[in-house]
Amino acid sequence: MSSATMAERRPLENTLARVWALIKHHVLTVYSLLAFVYLMLPIGVVIAFSFNNPKGRFNYVWSGFTLDNWKNWDGVPGLRSAMVLSLEIAFLASLIAAALGMLIALALVRYGFRGRGATNLLIFLPLSSPEIVLGASLLTLFLNLKVVFGFWTILIAHVMFCISFAVVTIKARLIGFDRHLEEAAMDLGANEWATFRKVTLPLIAPAILAALLLCFAISIDDFVVTYFNAGPRTTFPLFVWGAARIGAPPQVNVIGTVIFGVAVIGMVANVLVQMRRERAAAAA
Amino acid sequence: MTGVADVRLVDVTKRFEDVTAVDRLSLEIEHGSFFALLGPSGCGKTTTLRMIGGFEQPTEGQIYLGSTEVSGLPSYKRDVNTVFQSYALFPHLSVFENVAFGLRRQGVRGATLTGQVNEILRLVGLEGMEKRKPRQLSGGQQQRVAVARALVNKPKVLLLDEPLGALDLKLRKQMQLELKGIQHDIGITFVHVTHDQEEAMTMADQIAVMQRGRIEQLGTPSELYETPSTAFVAGFLGVSNLIPGTVSGPDSVRLRSGPEVRVRPDALAGRTGEVAVGIRPEKIELGQGQANSLDGTVVEEAYVGVSTQYIVETGCGLLTVYRQNASPGLNGAAPGQRLTLSWSPESTFVVDSLEGSE
Repeated sequence: MSSATMAERRPLENTLARVWALIKHHVLTVYSLLAFVYLMLPIGVVIAFSFNNPKGRFNYVWSGFTLDNWKNWDGVPGLRSAMVLSLEIAFLASLIAAALGMLIALALVRYGFRGRGATNLLIFLPLSSPEIVLGASLLTLFLNLKVVFGFWTILIAHVMFCISFAVVTIKARLIGFDRHLEEAAMDLGANEWATFRKVTLPLIAPAILAALLLCFAISIDDFVVTYFNAGPRTTFPLFVWGAARIGAPPQVNVIGTVIFGVAVIGMVANVLVQMRRERAAAAA
Repeated sequence: MTGVADVRLVDVTKRFEDVTAVDRLSLEIEHGSFFALLGPSGCGKTTTLRMIGGFEQPTEGQIYLGSTEVSGLPSYKRDVNTVFQSYALFPHLSVFENVAFGLRRQGVRGATLTGQVNEILRLVGLEGMEKRKPRQLSGGQQQRVAVARALVNKPKVLLLDEPLGALDLKLRKQMQLELKGIQHDIGITFVHVTHDQEEAMTMADQIAVMQRGRIEQLGTPSELYETPSTAFVAGFLGVSNLIPGTVSGPDSVRLRSGPEVRVRPDALAGRTGEVAVGIRPEKIELGQGQANSLDGTVVEEAYVGVSTQYIVETGCGLLTVYRQNASPGLNGAAPGQRLTLSWSPESTFVVDSLEGSE
């Protein structure tokens, strides 16, 4: 194609080419932004509607800004006790699950014993089976054992599904663990317990912390398993579900926003600590 | 040997399921010596060291440290310390705390602790590094921390499990001499595991060459080099020419398809029948002049600086000959040239027949 014949169409062509180049250059950015918006939009709505001043029982239409929901965050009957119960359960369940998970992970990684393969498989079962099945079968078990439903059944249920996450998290750290470090500690006169306290535990602490946070997060928002095994008690997710049927109060959004905020602060803190460590390592 | 050996192994066997890693091994290590366990990978040298350290327990046999039997005791109840191949420095502790670890376990505190740690860090040349974490140190520095961490406890015996394996060649040479110097200064027994014959010869007073879980030969570096007693030792420490033959007199061997040669008077050590005669390549001269000789043709010539290496085809097979380039422009032999090789009876050793061994 000679350039002379196309002379008058050239400006348009140039513009198109430039636009195309621009699109090509920014397509990944735009795509990422869209994906990000898709992920964040619901959370944005939750946060925005915690400042809504709804007319009527339903907090679905924007009708004015207010801070009242934040001031009276427990102004809805039952919300405070549900939140307290959820925190108690999440706290205890993550603690117990992380402690048991650590021991199970140590056993699975360190020792060959009869039934190790089976244990490995069983640990994955709660991760892979539908929650509804877990909840329903646990309910059957509790009914057969004639257990009184309430705090303890919720706690047992939460520990049950949290353990798997704790084991998987801590196992990953233990597999990369240099056994010579423990041998070195014993070589230097530390007995088994001192070795565990001074060497093993500090080195797997990040994984234990990760397991604790993960279990806490999973426990605090669990609905399905809890619904089957809560008996008369109401956790925060159960409260929201119940409230949504008769009109969700904006205080639910307040709590949701706070939980989200705590998670974001935790993440940012983690990133900052990591960056500082990397800078310290690079400086050396 | 005066008094009790620092380390004594009596008929020690270690089996892992159906693999015998160490096979009825007996050994005495004299106080204050630098002892090397040398052998190829899988020969049982590391397992032997780990049994002395208490990381493995022998299946059979006894281990003594001084006059105390320690077999069965865990490592934290043994008066030995180990420098691990990977150093095994505690990554979450500073250099100071790494070195102080053993002292703290013994209940040493305060100024005594600080003094002892600083003193040993000075000895290994790491003063000023106390606050660093292991990952902020170079490989050589990490190695020094590992040595300091073990030595600060003043153990009866220091065990070294291929401690120089991860260092580059130059640093390794330097550390070999440094470790030897440290051992000389503090005078405790070092037991050193390595697969590097040069490293063992440089550092050790006594070397046990191991193969298949047993000690093949034990001796000083020069004993092992000049008079190896098996074909394996002859081949593992340096290069040897081994020629099969038959014992024909109190100090002579008739080479298979070759002449009769004289050997060291003590070399036969009661052997009769089929044996192999060994000569180190640098002990063979180009030309006549020594009592033992063989005719041959030069096949290859390689100039390597300090020496020139020749491969010579003889009636008894290919022989390797090194000739020192003692002065510039020395004329050697060219490929294709026929010549006579000769060597003295004193540099001729005898090993068991090559058949049935590697």
